[in-house]
Amino acid sequence: MLRLELVNISKQYPAVKANDSVNLKVQPGEIHAVLGENGAGKSTMMKMIYGAVRPDEGEIRWNGQAVNIRNPQEARTLGISMVFQHFSLFDTLTAAENVWLGLDKSLSLAEVTQRMMKVEKEYGLEVDPLRPVHTLSVGERQRVEIVRALMTNPKCLILDEPTSVLTPQAVDKLFVVLRKLAAEGTSILYISHKLDEIRALCTNCTVLRGGKVTGMVDPRTESNAGLSRLMIGAEPPQLQHKQAQLGATVLDVRGLTLPKEDQFGMNLADIRLDVKAGEIVGIAGVSGNGQQELMAALSGEDTRAPADSIRLFGKDISNHSPRRRRKEGLHFVPEERLGRGAVPTLSLAQNTLLTRTEAVRDSGWIATGDVTALAQALIKRFNVKAGGPEAAAKSLSGGNLQKFIVGREIEANPKLLIVSQPTWGVDVGAAAQIRGELLALRDKGCALLVVSEELDELFEICDRMVVIAKGKVSPSVATSAATIEMIGEWMSGLWDRADKSGDAAKETAHA
Amino acid sequence: MLKLESRPEQSRLMSIGSPLLALLITVVVGVILFALLGKDPVRGLYVFFVEPLKSVYALTELAVKATPLLLIALGLALCFRSNVWNIGAEGQYVLGAIFASGVAMNADKSTGGWIVILVLAAAVVGGMLWAAIVALLRDRFNANEILVSLMLVYVADQLLSYLVYGPWKDPAGYNFPQTITFLKSTQMPRLFTGFRVNGGVIIALLAVAAFWVLLFRTYAGFQLQVGGLAPAAARYAGFSSRRALWTALLLSGAMAGLAGGLEIAGPLGQLTPYVPAGYGFAAIIVAYVGRLHPVGIVFSSILMSMFYIGGELAQSRLGLPKALTGVFQGLLLFALLACDTLIYYRIRWKAARAPAAKTPVISTEKKVA
Repeated sequence: MLRLELVNISKQYPAVKANDSVNLKVQPGEIHAVLGENGAGKSTMMKMIYGAVRPDEGEIRWNGQAVNIRNPQEARTLGISMVFQHFSLFDTLTAAENVWLGLDKSLSLAEVTQRMMKVEKEYGLEVDPLRPVHTLSVGERQRVEIVRALMTNPKCLILDEPTSVLTPQAVDKLFVVLRKLAAEGTSILYISHKLDEIRALCTNCTVLRGGKVTGMVDPRTESNAGLSRLMIGAEPPQLQHKQAQLGATVLDVRGLTLPKEDQFGMNLADIRLDVKAGEIVGIAGVSGNGQQELMAALSGEDTRAPADSIRLFGKDISNHSPRRRRKEGLHFVPEERLGRGAVPTLSLAQNTLLTRTEAVRDSGWIATGDVTALAQALIKRFNVKAGGPEAAAKSLSGGNLQKFIVGREIEANPKLLIVSQPTWGVDVGAAAQIRGELLALRDKGCALLVVSEELDELFEICDRMVVIAKGKVSPSVATSAATIEMIGEWMSGLWDRADKSGDAAKETAHA
Repeated sequence: MLKLESRPEQSRLMSIGSPLLALLITVVVGVILFALLGKDPVRGLYVFFVEPLKSVYALTELAVKATPLLLIALGLALCFRSNVWNIGAEGQYVLGAIFASGVAMNADKSTGGWIVILVLAAAVVGGMLWAAIVALLRDRFNANEILVSLMLVYVADQLLSYLVYGPWKDPAGYNFPQTITFLKSTQMPRLFTGFRVNGGVIIALLAVAAFWVLLFRTYAGFQLQVGGLAPAAARYAGFSSRRALWTALLLSGAMAGLAGGLEIAGPLGQLTPYVPAGYGFAAIIVAYVGRLHPVGIVFSSILMSMFYIGGELAQSRLGLPKALTGVFQGLLLFALLACDTLIYYRIRWKAARAPAAKTPVISTEKKVA
């Protein structure tokens, strides 16, 4: 008998049919992957199983019986638990208090703490229940979420993109836990767009594209190319790599130390980093390790950096405003597209004015014709799917808006481009295009600094890499000399050890 | 079952239609109100919506009342668009009137008509000073500008009372709390003989054009609005939030002060305790009903002016209290806030499905990721 079955489920949103007659069959004790691009309908499908969204048509069967799941409480009563991609934990409470809040109140806090320790021990999910959540690393927070899900003894556990915040080593640990759970009979629905992980972990895979199921396959017998074809209808285009033509040092960060601005931020400690013209330097690391703070200091959004700690072409810029830095050739693409990189309610044309002032006359007058023309040119050159220059930024899909924002900065001919999460939440086709544009900019002699949580991406486009962990930055290593394992270890802040053992990889880029 | 469904994007039609719908609802509630008060609803509506438009004199009176509302609301629209919540325009208006009076009082028989310019300039300075207190406290001590600007209204009222009951009281005024009647040279030239309407209307219409240009054609105006719409984007772009705060407050203070000055140099002609007529608060409604758009505000200020005149007429013709003006203002604002929901959501009738929950479902689902 199937643990969970979806029969011809449809869900219509005002603008888009998120699920169109989809089917899903999950066996007891199976790790079942749900694969698809952003916007393919994975999240909607999971929300319907979890009772957060109600289907328009079709039937959900649980252990062979048709059920009507009206809300997440009912889903939990049935034995369905979900771990969301974005954690829902209170920072100021302890891990145990957070777990306790999510349960019905039949147990006391002390009992919950006891049971947590038992569950943690059983599955090797070490987290101190008494520690406040804000002191936990992202990986630990995810463990709290998983422990919370396991406390209800679920028969089906849904994990939404669980590895996007983990180091490679932590991913391996997570997989051990998931395999153990599956062996005990728990069905696991594993949502991801990372093909390697799915092939390593899952025994069955349902692929979604544009709200429809395009395949049900055994991922262990499929190649990445095969899965990718099912997911996007084509194989991702290959990038052109040329030999780097190194120029002068463009960005020179020396001894940047910056106390955190808000309570849950990260202190930056003695950061040293340099980027030369014609190369891409990547910053790897698990999110929340100081990336945001470093980006704010480099972009000029935070001008508290000590004098002489940030130099552009040898000139101290540490207290220059973002506008001044742009005039000096430093452009920046932030990770939040809506609300930071673009104003959601303003048109694309108006959004060019955030960083591009060619259309502003000396008198302060805006030449609206020039603004529209610039937006139109960006839409054309970067192949942005939009209603036109007057379309509101928020009406674009994530990938198209990202193409527009990255394009806006690339087209300004920067001397140094800093990009945070260039392809975060962007579909495969747009991601390949953005990476290609970044490489083309590098070949033209621009210096690039890229922050990404996706190691694959950094290995694909970077010439050198550094790792950020707990507000410190590692020495740089040439991508050709780096391995995933080594970077993964560094992501836990352990590069000193490699240093002492005389790792030759360090500083090879300067050789 | 009635269902609110989020629209894929906000409706342009409804953003203009919502104020009209709100006006309609206000009228309907007004009819019910008149009926409940035992008055003929048709006559009531006639007093509010036809009489103020019936004659040339009525129209000029409409313009007299609409002018201060329009001026203040323009400044407030800029403030609100910049995410700066100045709700103390009434106080800035009073300070404008006080400063204007301070200059006007010193005119003598030999003073030329040029004094009007000084009177108005003083009014602008007065309004700006009062708003600058708010900006300073917010900038230096992070004090909430909503509370500070509102509290300063009452301080301004006290200051006004002190002056008209004390040092500025007309010695020949039979102890009435008011200043001397200012000389004719300190008054704005009237547009037509026999009507109270004066050059202030032209100043207000020029201000409409100026604010339109500032908001939609200048980089400074763009920066202010980005700060209001998306503060993180403004930081990313490098637009100073401090400059936005000061610009928005000083400009709106200047406009409210100017409105106060024009009242002194026009309809009032002297400083009395009755200078604060609630224009500063009504202008908040005017700004929103006009969609924070300079051209929209022209229409909404005329509408609000009709409510003022209608309230006065209702008192004399129907024997209803003048407070009816406030009732209509409040009704309009409430109806508008409710109708604005329709910009982002649409209403759908849906047959309840058999197993569905008994309570109506208000769907707040956002666009799928």
